[in-house]
Amino acid sequence: MAIASFAESGADLQLTGITKRFPGFTAIEELDLTIPAGSFFALLGPSGCGKTTTLRLVAGLEEPTAGQILIGGKDVTSTKPFQRPVNTVFQSYALFPHMTILENVAFGLRRRKLGDPVGKAHEALKLVELDHLASRRPAQLSGGQQQRVALARAIVNRPALLLLDEPLGALDLKLRRQMQLELKTIQTEVGLTFLHVTHDQEEAMTMADTVAVMNKGKIEQMGAPEELYELPRTAFVANFLGQSNLFTGEVVASGPDHIAVDVAGVPIVVPRTRAQRHAGEIAIGVRPEKVSLLTSAPLPESGRNVLGPGRVTDVSFSGVSTQYLVDVPGVGELVVFAQNMVFGPVVQVGASVWISWNADHGFGLDDDPGVVPRFVPDASTESIAIQRRIALEEELEQA
Amino acid sequence: MKFGKGLGLGIYTVLALLFLLIPIAYTFVFSFNDAGKLNIAWQGFTFDKWLTVCSTAGLCEAFGNSILVGLVSTVLATALGTLIAIALVRYRFRARSSISLLLFLPMATPEVVLGAGLAAQFLTLGTEKGLLTIILAHTMFCISFVVVTVKARVASLDPALEEAGRDLYGSPGQVFWRITFPLLMPGIAAAALLSFALSFDDFIITNFNSGSVDTFPKFIYIAAARGIPAQVNVIASAVFLLAIVLVIVVQVSRAARAKRLARQLG
Ligand SMILES: Nc1ncnc2c1ncn2[C@@H]1O[C@H](COP(=O)(O)OP(=O)(O)OP(=O)(O)O)[C@@H](O)[C@H]1O
Ligand SMILES: [Mg+2]
Repeated sequence: MAIASFAESGADLQLTGITKRFPGFTAIEELDLTIPAGSFFALLGPSGCGKTTTLRLVAGLEEPTAGQILIGGKDVTSTKPFQRPVNTVFQSYALFPHMTILENVAFGLRRRKLGDPVGKAHEALKLVELDHLASRRPAQLSGGQQQRVALARAIVNRPALLLLDEPLGALDLKLRRQMQLELKTIQTEVGLTFLHVTHDQEEAMTMADTVAVMNKGKIEQMGAPEELYELPRTAFVANFLGQSNLFTGEVVASGPDHIAVDVAGVPIVVPRTRAQRHAGEIAIGVRPEKVSLLTSAPLPESGRNVLGPGRVTDVSFSGVSTQYLVDVPGVGELVVFAQNMVFGPVVQVGASVWISWNADHGFGLDDDPGVVPRFVPDASTESIAIQRRIALEEELEQA
Repeated sequence: MKFGKGLGLGIYTVLALLFLLIPIAYTFVFSFNDAGKLNIAWQGFTFDKWLTVCSTAGLCEAFGNSILVGLVSTVLATALGTLIAIALVRYRFRARSSISLLLFLPMATPEVVLGAGLAAQFLTLGTEKGLLTIILAHTMFCISFVVVTVKARVASLDPALEEAGRDLYGSPGQVFWRITFPLLMPGIAAAALLSFALSFDDFIITNFNSGSVDTFPKFIYIAAARGIPAQVNVIASAVFLLAIVLVIVVQVSRAARAKRLARQLG
């Protein structure tokens, strides 16, 4: 039986112990996830980590191998997709090619026999600014337009839970921002629960109340965007959300508030509460924008970490800020973002510099230091995928 | 050089078309022959045969049987074959590949063998031969063609479309009739036309399993021993003309639709 009315408000979603195994491949492992009603939840992760699979499990298009799915407190694990108060915006749009845009959007309303499907469909199309194309077929629209129709087709049903699988991937930047605003407005106005899957970390951070970073079928870390950014718990999160400078070393001193880690002979101080591990070999890090560049050796000062001297190997100017790469002997290459308070870069390639940061801004990771990946930090997740591939190819060549 | 080549191709094309069309033209022209019992030599022009089609004993009855058998076995074969095709493409089950292979057998087996085999089966079962056995036989060999035709269409259908239908509150039945079926329609229609043509045309298998019932091909075969009446040409020509008209109607309506779409876009 289909749900014969609009959702009054969002419903919460609860996944407990969800595992999904395909023949010979485990896509999701022991996933526990709770999304409060009315929240905007973003699922972020590299390609192939199981984001789409998670959405399909929630929509009922895939059956979990183990675990339970609860929507609004009701166990829906064994119900069919059309019985769930859930709609999906598919990654591949999946518009019905034999129907007009209007009929596509009205499809869900008609199935539930709701009043005035045509009027409501027009309204939804106006929302995505496509009402003037209502009588066309999907094949006569551009990719971005199709994506907006897919959005309208799902939103028009006002489901308690809306699943969005990279719904803005095909849009240009301007339209993307506009649709992000639109989505956020719809979500807050109606109070629906959104589960939004994306590759784009900026999109996830700006739109979501809660972000979960997923890797290889597991949730690495989840929390408010600021929390996730300022206090990443694993190297994967530290590098997937923005960039990080990571170091490894032995804990050499341990106080009530701080611990000190030996990095190439220099004790680097990290707040105890911001470190996941407090003894032995650990990995620590700091964000590039928290670091400042100095052209002369600073006086030792408690509460600040200093590394150097190092050599500037690259300077790239990006308008608002400049990115410097600094090679510190024994430590490796570090990234520094500096606001352009004066015209142009302050130092040139080859210059000798020290880098320093407030000890309270560092963080300690939960990874085993032996396996901490040292990506050349880069903002985009695609480049991580590319680097992975290059690393893999090198490995294969050596074998 | 270039001219010579073009001329050669032209002559070849004309000859090939003539070769293909002469029997049809002959059939059509001789439906107007004022012949007696033998419709072999030209005796003069008349419309009589077109007006007295059914006066030849058994001819119209045989034609009616052919239409009836064609329609019923087309409906049966298309319905069953479509379902089989969907199952073969969409679901993974045991013996799936062997079933795929077995479905090719009726197409590969010589018709005489198939006809004789079926006749033996009906004899064993004690089924009386007649319209029913012809329909069963035709349905059987048409299914293979339907499955092959529709399978290609199902394979090109994005499963995400049906998933979207289910996600948008469509029950399994609604998803089938509103999404799967319309999208498979071109394949199903082609399969149905093919089935009807095959069934209408079939002589060998029919001859083994028809008992005393005549179909159009069987009637002609039997009549050929005594001389084929010109009324047979009339029916053959009528079927041919009907087919041509159908093709033209389809083409014209398709062109009109394309034009309408182009205008909408422009
Ligand atoms: N039907 C299936 N059979 C086997 N493996 C599958 C199947 N569907 C997905 N997988 C695998 O499960 C993993 C997760 O797939 P999924 O589609 O959830 O990735 P994703 O995170 O959505 O990636 P992307 O960002 O590229 O869309 C992939 O490695 C994929 O190859
Ligand atoms: Mg995906």
